Order: sequence, then structure tokens, then C-alpha cells
Amino acid sequence: MSRSSTIVLMMLLGLSIVGFFILNLLLGSVSIPMDEIVGILIGRDDGNVIWTNIILKSRLPQSLTAMMAGAGLAVSGLLMQTVFRNPLAGPSVLGISSGASLGVACVVLLSGSIGGVALSKLGVIGEVTITLSAIVGSLLIMALIAFVAQKVRGNVTLLIMGVMIGYIANAIIGVLKFFSAEEDIRAYVIWGLGSFSRVSGGQTSVFIILMLVLLPISFFLIKTLNLLLLGDSYAKNLGLNIKRARLLVIGCSGVLVAVVTAYCGPVVFLGLAVPHICRGLFHTSNHAVILPASLLGGASLALLCNLIARMPGFEGALPVNSVTALVGAPVVMWVLFNKRKNDV
Amino acid sequence: MKTNETIKVIGLDTGYSDRKHTNVITRDINASLYSRELTCLLGPNGAGKSTLLKTLTAFLPPLKGDILIEGQPLVAYSESDLAKVIGVVLTERLTINNMSVDELVGMGRSPYTGFWGHMSAYDKRIVNESISLVGIEGLRGRMVQTLSDGERQKVMIAKALAQETPVIFLDEPTAFLDYPSKVEILQLLQSLSRDRNKTVFLSTHDLELALQIADKVWLLDKPHGVTIGTPEELALNGAISMYFQREGLAFDIESRLFRILGLK
Repeated sequence: MSRSSTIVLMMLLGLSIVGFFILNLLLGSVSIPMDEIVGILIGRDDGNVIWTNIILKSRLPQSLTAMMAGAGLAVSGLLMQTVFRNPLAGPSVLGISSGASLGVACVVLLSGSIGGVALSKLGVIGEVTITLSAIVGSLLIMALIAFVAQKVRGNVTLLIMGVMIGYIANAIIGVLKFFSAEEDIRAYVIWGLGSFSRVSGGQTSVFIILMLVLLPISFFLIKTLNLLLLGDSYAKNLGLNIKRARLLVIGCSGVLVAVVTAYCGPVVFLGLAVPHICRGLFHTSNHAVILPASLLGGASLALLCNLIARMPGFEGALPVNSVTALVGAPVVMWVLFNKRKNDV
Repeated sequence: MKTNETIKVIGLDTGYSDRKHTNVITRDINASLYSRELTCLLGPNGAGKSTLLKTLTAFLPPLKGDILIEGQPLVAYSESDLAKVIGVVLTERLTINNMSVDELVGMGRSPYTGFWGHMSAYDKRIVNESISLVGIEGLRGRMVQTLSDGERQKVMIAKALAQETPVIFLDEPTAFLDYPSKVEILQLLQSLSRDRNKTVFLSTHDLELALQIADKVWLLDKPHGVTIGTPEELALNGAISMYFQREGLAFDIESRLFRILGLK
């Protein structure tokens, strides 16, 4: 693909983000005129208090969260697919999102039975606790994976280890559920559905700042990622320290998943699908192109999914996970069908 | 120009070891490789050719002995320094899709490019030169996955050239190729060693071709270890017969070809 068409496509992706972002502010169960939205955003305080609240406390943070989460998951998925040289690798595959779930399950489900306080009733403190437990859970699993990565040679072995660790985490969650109060289970299940709106108030800015710090770090890995594409032996011969590279890439993508999952729940599919869609669009494996493309594509697709989940007509909102799968899966299938025979 | 000793191997044992077992594959090799020479490593399957190559390219630590590259011990090289001294072409199949030949050859410049992997005008010139040296200008825009085995081999050789290393190691570069392509690749490597002052070392099963084209041959098998010489010397002193002659297979010193005996 020529340089100019790459740039054009990249700009289109950027424009789609802007477009979906505006639509996200505009559409919802309450219709608010465009000029009012602009007025609210630039701080002109003349309008309807309810409208101001809807925009500033609901739609804006939700859109920003969706954007950042989508970008994070897509980049993380790309990193994993490259480091494991496996097109099926994604944030959930390595057990990292299971780790987050396990952390949340431990806190949400055990707090009721052991502490005697149902966390689901604690409001903001409860939310912060859930976020922290998700981060701790996924980072623990990630540390385990990183430790295993030092010991085993093959990438497939490591991938299978990750899947197994995920199964173990899910099994423990199952056991915890068995012993928990019904309302706690409900709180856990709702977290598990994934949502871009669970994050509220001050937490949104924390999440966005975290992502703004973490996402650019992945760009430092572009050369490393391209070398990893050649396979371990060629990469080593070209001067790459394979162990350190693997650790850096897994670490970077793991932290991204951990943070996103902590704030939004285990959002499925975006991490797996977006890199494939971008490879299909840009016809290249060069990370200097595909990494920014995945970042933009992830943000755009997450905004689109959020928009669909909140379409007027659906009272409340659909679970994001259903939408990401319903939108993403057919797109990936379409990309795969349209690829030339040798591309896959 | 004269040849220089680029690699010296002293008392080298190769093989695999972990905490419990040590499995020695080749024992006590003393040998040298020279610039402007094409050296072929010949030996039956299981003789330890790949293990020896992996050890010389630092993929595998030596069990005993020393490897000196341009006078410096191999262990003293950092990963990034070594990348500027030894280039490899391996048998493992590439799993990359959607990378153009241009980009792949360009990867050979990574030891020289900076943090972001951005290629300077000089880097691009070297890539262009490498591509035209190997004669694959016509493949530049092609995606790697659409190439034939022979074409891919040439692209990887171009990658190794772009790496600008004085030494190039190749693991069975002629495997999977048809006969004319085998000859073409070997001729290409021979002319590269001459014209570009490279030390080229490759393992191969194409005995007769290697004996015709190589400057030096290393014969390797379990019972005899390593024997080194020019093809002529090895043919005349009976070493080739000793390594490869089996019941029903004889080496004809005159023609330097193998004959199958007992055919009617």
C-alpha cells in the first residue's frame, strides 16, 4: 500500500472517531439539540440543568471512556498477537482478564460472606475497591505469566499456559460464587457484562490520564515488534534481546488490559478483532502503521459499539459485550473472506 | 586482496546441556574460516551440522572451547555488536504475512537504525544495493508470503547483505530448491564471498555441487569428527570416501561424483 493511501486511511479513521464521538454526545434516550451540547461543552451556563448533567456526567465521560478503552484493548491485542505469533491471541486469552475477574470476584463475593458488608452497597468506596482489586488480580496473573515466560521457550507453550491459568481463575470464581450471597453475585455479574459507563465522576479522569500515559508507551515498542515478526532466531541475530523484548511487550499489553478491565469490566472481542480489521485495511504488518491504526480503529469501534448499545429505543443500555461481539465478529469474518488467498 | 582469518574455533565441543544432562554432539573442533572464501559444511543427517552452526552463531552456548570472531571471543560480543558481525539465513520458514520484500530486506538494517527503526538515506542505499546484488529488483513490492522457496531464499540473503556483516552463515540454503536454483544460490554466494570480501559458511546436503563450488569443505560426522580441506585435497586423500561411502555408494575421485553400485 502506498504511503499516501496509508495516510488517507489513517485520517479517515481519525475522522470516524470524531464523527462517532459527536454522535455519542448527540444520540440517546433524551434528545438534546446540537447547539445546546456545544454550549454545555464550552461552559455556557444558560441551559437546562438536566441536559447539562446528561452531557457532562453521562455522555461525555462514557464516550471518553469508550474511546480510551477501545484504543487500549486494540493495542494490547495487537501486541499479544505479535509476541505470540498467533492470530487468535487477545487480551482474554492469556488469562489476564480472568485475573481481573478473579480479583473482583474475591472482593465482591467474599466481602459479603466474610466482612459482613455487601460491597455492592458501598457506593464510591465500593467502586474504587473493585477497580483496585481488578488491577491487582490481573497484575498478579501477569506476573505469573511473565515468570513462566522466562522459563518456557516456545510461544505456544506460553499461550497454552495462559489459557490454563485463565481456566483455573474461572474455576475459583465458580467456587466463590457458590458460597456467595445472591446480591453480591448479581453485582459481580453486572461488572462482568462490561460497560463504559460504570466509571463515574472523578474516576473517569483517573482512567483517561492512566490511558494517556500508557498508550504512548506502546509506541516505544514498534521496532521490537517488527523484529519479533521475523521469529526469535532472526530477531536475535538482528540484535534483539528476545527475553527482554517478550517481557516488555507482554508487560505493556498486560498493564493496558488490566487497567481497561478494571474500569470497564472484561470487554470482549475488541482486542482480538481490531488488529485483524486494521491488517485487512492497510495490507501491512509493519507496526509503524498497524499500531497507530489499531489505536485509532479500537477507539472508533468502541465508540460505535457504545452508540449501538445506547441507541434510542433500547431502554437503558445493552451490555457492551453483546454489542462488541455482534458488531466485531461479522466484521472480522468479512475481512477474512475478502483477503486474498495467501494473505492469511 | 588476500584472505583473512575471520573466525577461529579452538577445542570446541557443541551440544546441549541442562542441569542434569550434557549431550555432546560434536567434539574438539579446531578450525578457521576465512574471508573471500565459500566454506561448505557437509555431513550426514544427525552429524551435528545444525548444532555446530547454532553454536557458531551464538544461538547456543558452546559446551567447551573458544570461538574467536575477528580476534575477539564470541562471548565478549553484545547482542547488538554481534548483529553487525554475523548475518544468518535459516531454514525455519517465515510466518510473516503482508510484509513486502523491500521491508524485509530493510529489517537487515535494524542493528544500525535508531530507537524508532527509521531508515536514513544511507540505510536505503544499502538496501537497494543488497537487492540488486542478489538480483531481485523485480520482487521488491511483492509480499513475502507470495514468494517461491528460491525467491524467499534470495530475499533472506539480501537481508543478510543489508546487515553488512563480514560473516554470513546459512543453514541449508539449498534445501527445497530445484536443481537450477540450487546452482544459482551457490554461485551467488560464491561471487558474494569474492566480490564483497565476505566469509560465507553454509551447511548443505548437496555434496556434489558443494565439491564443485566450495573453496573449503568441512566434513563432519560422529565417528571421524571434523576434517577440513579444499574439495580437491579431500577427494584425493580419501576423506570424502571415508565420510560418505556406504555399501552400494562409491565416490569417484576422477569425476568427483558419487556412483551407485550394483545397478544393472
